[in-house]
Amino acid sequence: MVELKKNSSLLEIRGLVKRYTLGDSEVLALNGVDLCIEEGDMVAITGPSGSGKSTLMNVLGCLDDFDAGTYVISGEDVSSLTGDKLADIRNRLIGFVFQNFNLLPRLSALENVELPLLYSAHKDPKTSAKKALEVVGLADRMHHEPNQLSGGQRQRVAIARAIVTNPAIILADEPTGNLDSHVGREILDVFHDINDQGRTIVIVTHDSNVARHCRREVQIRDGQIVDIIEHNRSARELVAQAV
Amino acid sequence: MLLWTTVKIALRSMLANKLRSILTMLGMILGVAAVIAMLALGNGAERHVVKWVSRMGKNTITIFPHNPKIPPVLHGAAYPLTIGDARAMLKIPGVKYVSPVVASNEPVKWDGNSTFCNTFGCAPTYILIHDFKVQSGHMFNDFDCRDMATVAVIGPETAERLFGSQDPLGHTITVRTVRFKVIGVLVPKGRQGWFDPDNQVLLPYTTAMTDLLGRAVALNRIDMQAQHASDLNRVQAMAQRILRIRHSLISGDEDDFWISNQLQIIKISTRIVDAFTMLLGSVAAISLLVGGIGIMNIMLVTVTERTREIGIRKAIGARRRDILRQFLIEATLISVLGGLIGVAVGVVAAHYVKFRNFSGVVEPHMIVLALSISAGIGIFFGYYPARRAAGLNPIEALRYE
Repeated sequence: MVELKKNSSLLEIRGLVKRYTLGDSEVLALNGVDLCIEEGDMVAITGPSGSGKSTLMNVLGCLDDFDAGTYVISGEDVSSLTGDKLADIRNRLIGFVFQNFNLLPRLSALENVELPLLYSAHKDPKTSAKKALEVVGLADRMHHEPNQLSGGQRQRVAIARAIVTNPAIILADEPTGNLDSHVGREILDVFHDINDQGRTIVIVTHDSNVARHCRREVQIRDGQIVDIIEHNRSARELVAQAV
Repeated sequence: MLLWTTVKIALRSMLANKLRSILTMLGMILGVAAVIAMLALGNGAERHVVKWVSRMGKNTITIFPHNPKIPPVLHGAAYPLTIGDARAMLKIPGVKYVSPVVASNEPVKWDGNSTFCNTFGCAPTYILIHDFKVQSGHMFNDFDCRDMATVAVIGPETAERLFGSQDPLGHTITVRTVRFKVIGVLVPKGRQGWFDPDNQVLLPYTTAMTDLLGRAVALNRIDMQAQHASDLNRVQAMAQRILRIRHSLISGDEDDFWISNQLQIIKISTRIVDAFTMLLGSVAAISLLVGGIGIMNIMLVTVTERTREIGIRKAIGARRRDILRQFLIEATLISVLGGLIGVAVGVVAAHYVKFRNFSGVVEPHMIVLALSISAGIGIFFGYYPARRAAGLNPIEALRYE
């Protein structure tokens, strides 16, 4: 395991354990995971299905609780938080990007992006949402509804929705999984762009090409981190050209 | 999240399922319309009753010779009402007019035509107390009473039945076997339910008591009118005290007579109407309940259909109460919109559905009541589905297909 600076980490989990009961057998989805993520990092979490990466993603996203260990994000200990407090953390500190976009139908792109701000009583959700759409290059499509947009455009809207609250971390779950490869490439470019602007990104994926775009790759097997690979920039650029 | 934003979301979701929303609302529309119509008709009936009672004179007090509280068999020993009792009433301050009344139902004949009608032996003041007007001729006077004149004043309906288009004045009619000269015809008042004041014959009470009925003492009623409505209770109490003394009743004895005033009659009548209104309104309210269950049913379907949306909202930071409020507002919106349309339908229905003598009268408080009830139903029946939505696990909700 690679040790990182302990006190200044944006996100830090220690000894994380998550159990599920399936029938009468108990499954250890996460079995003592330690992970630190620095501000501005771009991390891929990879592993085969059933490895626990989705569970880790849910815990990182404050969607799920866990049985043992600690989780501190942006200086806030969320280990013992539940319900509305977690909802508040999700709203302020986390931006989600899903494989199947998860935009609300019947709402325009702009309204979809505004949505997280409406839950935090933001003063001017419209202006912030427009800015976020500009960042992902969709300023000209802001009044379209999701079904009038292509898959890539939908995912851009989802990214805009994730960054609009200015969260500590963007959590993306197979963000290119439903897109063909060159559109997937464009989406990864968007992630690179916002990472270059200093945003911290965690991408959960089983696609090693996607993982190689990231600075680091955290590999998970059977609920444990088995390896952390550093991808240097030139290697990444090489991959980028190859893909 | 701002209330208006939530309302907009709810409206949009209703518009997305127009037919479903309208069908769900229909339950509320019919329920509220029925409640409004029933309350309005009850109100109309009440007004009608009050008008009807008022039309038979203002501030009237009536004394009857029987106390309904005493079983009839015990009345044998009781004092009948007498002319002396009626005269004693004149001394009560605040009393305007008094008329003794003997009433019977008699066959009345003229020139081969005959009819049965209410025959009242009364004083000239009778028409003042009960607000009758004479359209031709004149009312008999105190001299006619003193002299036991065989004169009659007849109602317009009676005149029509006996005389057709002829002028009855000066003709002699036969009441049972006694002949009376018609000296006046009354202005029509319109039939009032079971009693038709237009088909009646008024005779001097002296003549009626001696020639027609042959009972020199017993009155069927004493009718009186107080100066002011505020005098009614005082005059009534005084009349009671005087009659108890005149009838030699000692304390502990029940009255052997019964006095009622117009306010009491109105009160009793409106109480009866109110009871019916309550009954009809309750039946209508049951349909509101059914409408509420319809809302609950549809909201449960909606929550299931929108599980994924709920998951997304939770993931981006919606709290439990945000989701709860969203679905609660949607349910309430359906019920209140249904309520508003129902009020409109009910108002129109109350206006156009006419019973024989009255139609519904809608008052603002009914509309307020109906709308609050529909809002209450939306909140009550929307709460369970909304709570179910708010309690969904975000991970499972996001996975829901």
